[in-house]
Order: sequence, then structure tokens, then C-alpha cells
Amino acid sequence: MIKRFKTSTSILVLAGLMAACSPASEEGAEETTTAAEAVPQTREGLAPGLWDAEEASSNMQLVHHVRTPEAFAQPNALWAPAVERALWQAMAAGEEVERPPSPISFANTDLAFTGNRVVMGNWHGFNVFETSADAAPELILSVVCPGGQGDVSVHGNLVFRSVEDNRGRLDCGTGGVEGDVSDERFRGVQIFDISDLSNPRQVAAVQTCRGSHTHTLVPDPSDEGVLYIYNSATSGVRAGEELDICSSGQPDENPETALYSIDVIRVDLSAPETAEIVNRPRIFADRETGEINGLWMGGALEEGGQESAVTNHCHDINVYPELGIAAGACSGNGILLDISDPANPSRISEMSDPNFAYWHAAIFNNAGDKIVFTDEWGGGLGARCRPEDPENWGANVIANITEDGLERQSYYKIPGNQTAVENCVAHNGNLVPVPGRDIMVQAWYSGGISVIDFTDSANPVEIAWFDRGPLSPDELYLGGYWSAYWHNGQIYGPEIVRGLDVLQLTPSEHLTENELAAANLIRFEEANPQLQESFQWPNEPVVARAYLDQLRRGDTDGALLDTVDAAIAAWEGGNAADAASAAAALSAAGEAASGADRARLVALAGVLAEAG
Amino acid sequence: MMRCGWAVLAAAAIAFCVFAAPVGAQSGPGAAPIFQPGAPGQPSRQISREESLELGQSRYVAADVRFMQHMIVHHNQAVEMGDLVAGRTENPSVIGMAERIALTQASEMDMMRTWLTRRGESTAMDMSDHAHMDHGEMDHSDMDHSAMDHAAMGHGSDHEALSDVPLMPGMLSPRQMAELAAASGEGFDRLYLTGMIHHHQGAIDMVNALLAEPGAAEDPEMSGFVSDVITDQTTEIMRMRAMLAELG
Repeated sequence: MIKRFKTSTSILVLAGLMAACSPASEEGAEETTTAAEAVPQTREGLAPGLWDAEEASSNMQLVHHVRTPEAFAQPNALWAPAVERALWQAMAAGEEVERPPSPISFANTDLAFTGNRVVMGNWHGFNVFETSADAAPELILSVVCPGGQGDVSVHGNLVFRSVEDNRGRLDCGTGGVEGDVSDERFRGVQIFDISDLSNPRQVAAVQTCRGSHTHTLVPDPSDEGVLYIYNSATSGVRAGEELDICSSGQPDENPETALYSIDVIRVDLSAPETAEIVNRPRIFADRETGEINGLWMGGALEEGGQESAVTNHCHDINVYPELGIAAGACSGNGILLDISDPANPSRISEMSDPNFAYWHAAIFNNAGDKIVFTDEWGGGLGARCRPEDPENWGANVIANITEDGLERQSYYKIPGNQTAVENCVAHNGNLVPVPGRDIMVQAWYSGGISVIDFTDSANPVEIAWFDRGPLSPDELYLGGYWSAYWHNGQIYGPEIVRGLDVLQLTPSEHLTENELAAANLIRFEEANPQLQESFQWPNEPVVARAYLDQLRRGDTDGALLDTVDAAIAAWEGGNAADAASAAAALSAAGEAASGADRARLVALAGVLAEAG
Repeated sequence: MMRCGWAVLAAAAIAFCVFAAPVGAQSGPGAAPIFQPGAPGQPSRQISREESLELGQSRYVAADVRFMQHMIVHHNQAVEMGDLVAGRTENPSVIGMAERIALTQASEMDMMRTWLTRRGESTAMDMSDHAHMDHGEMDHSDMDHSAMDHAAMGHGSDHEALSDVPLMPGMLSPRQMAELAAASGEGFDRLYLTGMIHHHQGAIDMVNALLAEPGAAEDPEMSGFVSDVITDQTTEIMRMRAMLAELG
């Protein structure tokens, strides 16, 4: 998520642009768009606008758009040109005017899902929406607690939230925090209980040395009553006088430095108010010398290459508890962690990359043998998808997990046809649960949403996208999608300025109806950013059909596939008698095949064997 | 709540008249409740949309403005130091580092100017602030004041005389800048790296001094910026120390 201003362009980054500057919007706060047919099929030259920007898409469509709640929108729309001009004129004339709020104060951030609820984080607090099958998500609760970034997770009725701003206060107020040391300041992970919507409460506030930029929930594999939180903190270290566990400096001067670690917080779900830091593991330590700053120390890996950040923190840690592993995107490195003992994560391997400026996020494929890492070059605040921007900078790296460690196979970046007024770089996403394929949906800020197939990790291919024009024709504002997550058949995209979007993939040459239907079978009661659960498809004919469609794209013997097709058709009609023999034939073909099709043949054989 | 001047009311009125903000379902009956929780264990209170928006009015203080104005001047010297690299050294590490620092600092200067302009503040440093700055804001215990001679601190005219006194702590003095301009080869590398380490440390000290001011760096953009200054410049200092060590 957003980090660092430094390499942004001369344009100051601004969020905001809220309700009052709406050009001619007649509708209420919620509006629904369904027509996808009329939109153009190119991302180039999309008309700007706050509420009426031109939209374009390919193989996906916007089904609902819910505006940012009004309590989280700036009434005086500081950064709307007309208002802004009036303010400037008044200031220039020496008038006493109320100082405008910082535009980033109301930016929407990450999403988390529980039951039929979606929690959307915001610099200003968080909002809870209720979803239903056909209607737009409906706002049911707003909680105000100023202090960004406001990334959220949810577990049952507990909402977890990251705070790193200096102005964050324990009491969720804005009375100001006096001095560099204050017992009123809060920087860390908050826990709210929203079981009573008419009385949500803050139950815990775990203070950390560098605040909380993002965090990851990690269920305890042996105790349902315990949840760990990996806290990723990227900012400066607080004064020891404010929080006595904290001190800064380089390891040679201060071995106790709060740099070069992450925080592990333990939450007893029966008493969340007792949540506390239980470990600050040195996961970047040199394996041989034990020096805690054992990974990338900053600078370019090769001449003319990108300057990579120093590895003294992680930005995101993506956990896959069922496999006991985590992928850390840790500023100057991508790392693989063993988290089988979640309180004591330890590093298995690491990689660096000459084209990565800032390792930002990571996600495994379902099998857990590949990782997509993202590079937030420019911090999310810069226009980095222009034609002149290098196509391997600010991109994804797709790596295989091999016996020799992490090995880069390819880069992926959306086409470089975004404008200079659109902040754009690789950002957050998750997997689309199509059996037999590795597919990821991902946000690119104002570059929109992109869906890629990385089954062949050396050759990722984009299969769908959605994009809007910029917020303004001539100024860059912080906007676009913070993240894009597949959840129970829909794609949810929190738009930093405009609100919450719900989209759907549509069948295409890249994705058949059967593949989509099979993906829709995967349902999770709860889903959180950076917390991965495996997909287990039920044994249904449509899953078999999804594999069959995939095999039809390859060079498997057509006659065999016709036979299998007939067997699946019979199964759909209630007669699975031919399934076993089809399964045997598929197994045999699988032994002769290789790559993804081999895996599909074996998987399809398994589905049919069980059906028979 | 902050005082609302006439201009903002006028501006808001313009916005509402011209752009006719929609009133959504959320503000009508049955709208979702808005709560401001208390500290852990304390009760929450239900608030109105207007109260919520007031809580979002993050503020900044005079120290933030002074910091930005001073940091622009401070950063500008890093750019000037970078301008001296061409023709004076062939060390690729020094050239690369200088290029990166100059670009970063120039980009940050733009950001700081915009931050100030957007708030109707001057981008120029008030020279009369110096007394205050030297004795208050910048009087940081771990700073090297040995080169400082407050009585001799001149404004303007002393610069031509190649003063040993920098414009502000953490900058190079006019004499040091002249020495850098006169150096070449490894001598230049050494002076550049030493000077830039001192310069970067000055920026870090400025941030620490800012953070000690009541209510400072609460504006979210300021908060992010000062954090980045610490992180990036600390990293670069480490790199430059290593480069100095390599020079032997």
C-alpha cells in the first residue's frame, strides 16, 4: 500500500475530491451499472471525471458501485478545482480561512470479508457493508477513528485495523498529540468489536514501535481460540520514552533496534483485550553470522538497475497456514517463511531482483509452489504505467519455489498506456479459484483491475481487465483501486476516492462458462487480505467440464476428450457408469503428458474416478 | 472544531451551488449509524455525519510550515552538490549516488512546495526565523554545534566571504561548498560523501526536532514524508559510509 512520497512526480498527491465536486450527479450515494456492452475495449484515452469518468473493460463488467459514505467524504471538496481556486484566492488576499484538511484523510484502503459483510478500511476509520445476491452492498455501520492507513482484517465480530500516522490517538479523537512523547498517541493494531452494531467498541490497541502499515491474521493451527497477527511496520521508530520496548539505530550501534524485525501479536479470542506482542523475530538475519541485517542493504543490484530498498521491514506478509508457509514482501527482498510455529516464523529462502524498487506484496498459487511478488515502485503515488516507464519496473515478478529457493520466471505489468495523471503500479489482489489454472485478480490503482493467468509462470497472460479514466484531466490525485479481491463469485474493488465497486468476470475465449461456474463453487465464510486458504473443489460435473475445456485448448487427443465429454454428460444426467473407464483413460494419457495439462488430466481423472 | 472563515463558507457554497452534491440514501432516515469509539474499554458515542467530517480535519501547525520551508533550502544544497559531480569524478558509485540523491531531493522539493502552496503558505524560508531556529527548534543535543558561531552567523553578505558558518545546521558552509567545487578525483569523492553524510544527518535531526514540537507532523502527508526522510536518508548514510570505507 502506499508508501513514500519521494519519487513521486512534481505533482503533489491528493486524495479527496469528494461529494461536493460531483459534476451533475443526480443519483443517490449508491448507483448500479450493469451495461458492459457499450464500453470501449481500450484503456487508452479514457475521459476523466470524478463520477462520470469513462469506463472500459475486457471480459469483466462492473455490476455495482457504492460511493464512499458521506461521513467519509470531504464536504468542502478542497481539491475540487473551483473550491480550491476560491480558497487560494482567499488565502492570497490574506483572508482568515479555515485550513483545508489533508486530502489523504479520507482515502479508502483494504477490504475484509465475513459472512455477508464487507469491511472497507479508510484513513478515517472503517465502513461495514452488507452484501446480497443481486443488490449493491448496503452500508450498515461507520466507525470513525482517524489515523491511516487503516488496512483492515476481520474475524467474526472483531475488526482489526492498522494505524501508523503520528496523529493516531488511543481515543480515536483528533485532539492532537502533544510532543514527541505522549501516552495518548496510538500507532499499532486496533481491535474493535462490532457484534452490537448499535454499540461498536474498541477492545484493544496494541502499540508497536513503528506503528502498523499492514497486518496479517494468522490462525493458530492447533488452537481455534488463538489468532496471531503479523504486523508489518514501515515507518520510523518511536521514542523509547513513549513506548519502552522501542529504540532505533543500526545493529552495530544498537543490537536491540526495532528495525530489522516484524511484530508477532497474540490474540486470545476469548479475551481480545489482552492482545499483546509476543515476539519480534529477526527474520532477516544472516544464516551464518546471525547478524540481524542479513539481507539486502539497499542500492542497485546491477549497474543501471533499479535502486532496491534496504530490507529492514516487511510491507506485506502473505500467509498460507495450511501449508505452514508465508511469502514476505520485505522492502528489498522477497522471502519465504516457515510459519508452522506461527509465533516463531523462520526464513527458508529469499530473493532479490534488479528491477524491483520496493517489494510490496506477495501471493502464492493454490498449490503453493509459485509466488507472485509485486513491486510498488514510486509508492503508489506516482504515474508509473506511462508508455515511457520501463515495463519491468513497478511490475509483478512470478517466481517458482524450487529446491534451490525462489527463482524468478517472468515479469508482468499491465500495458503502459495509462496517463501522467493516473497513479499506477502493481498493487494488491488474490486468486480466482478456477481449477486447473493459476489466475490472479489484481489492483493497479488508477490503472484499474487486471486479471492474469500465470499457470505457465514463465508466460503470464492477461485475460480480463477493467479501467476508468483519471479523476482529473490535468492533475494527479491519489486514486484508483487499493485492492481487488475475488470473493464468493464476485470481484470487490475498493476505490480510494470513489467508493466500493463490485465486478464480475464474463465468459470469454480465455475463460469458459464452465471454468467460471467451477470457480463459483468455492465459498469462504471469511476472507482476509494476505491470509490464504486452499481451494478444494467439490466433486461436481462442472468441475470436470472446467478441466475438459482447458484440455481442449491443448494437444490432448480429441477422441479421448470426446469420450470424456460423453461420460460427463451421462454423469450430469445421473448416470456415472462410464466415469471410471474415462478416468482410467485420462490417467494413462496423463502419464504421457507434461506440464499443466498433465496436472489437469490427473485431476480430471480423479474427479471422474470419485464420481464413478 | 476549527473556526470557519467566510471564504470557506463561500467556497463551500460555490461548490454546492455549482456542483449540486447529491444527498444519498445514507443521510436519510434509516441511514447507517456512525460511531466514534473511545479508548479500549471506554464507551463509544454515536456521531453525526458533520461531526465525522470535523474529525477528519487534520491540522498542521506553524512548526510544520517552518520545517517545510527550511527543508526546501536544505534539500536545495544537495542538488547543488550533485551539480558539482560532472567533470570532477569518474567513480561510478559516487556518480550514481549523487544522481539518485539529486533526483530524490528535487522531487521532494516539488512535493514540499506544493504542500505549502496548497495551504496558502509561503515557500520561502523566513530568514528572521533564524534566531528561533538555532536556539529552539534546531537545538538538538546530538548535533554538532562546534562549527556554529551564532554571533558570527551572517545573513547574505558573509557568504561571499566564504563563511565557515552554514546557512543552517546540517548544511555545508560556503567554504565547504567552495572546497568541494575545487576538488577532483578521489579528493572530491571523499568530500562529497563526507559532506552528504553530514547533510543527510542534518535532515534527520530536523525531523527529530520537528517531531518534538507539539502537534507537529500530524498531517498525514507530513507524517508519511518525515518518516520517509528518516528511512531513506538513514539508508543512504549507511551506503555512503560503506563507500567511504572502500575509498580507504
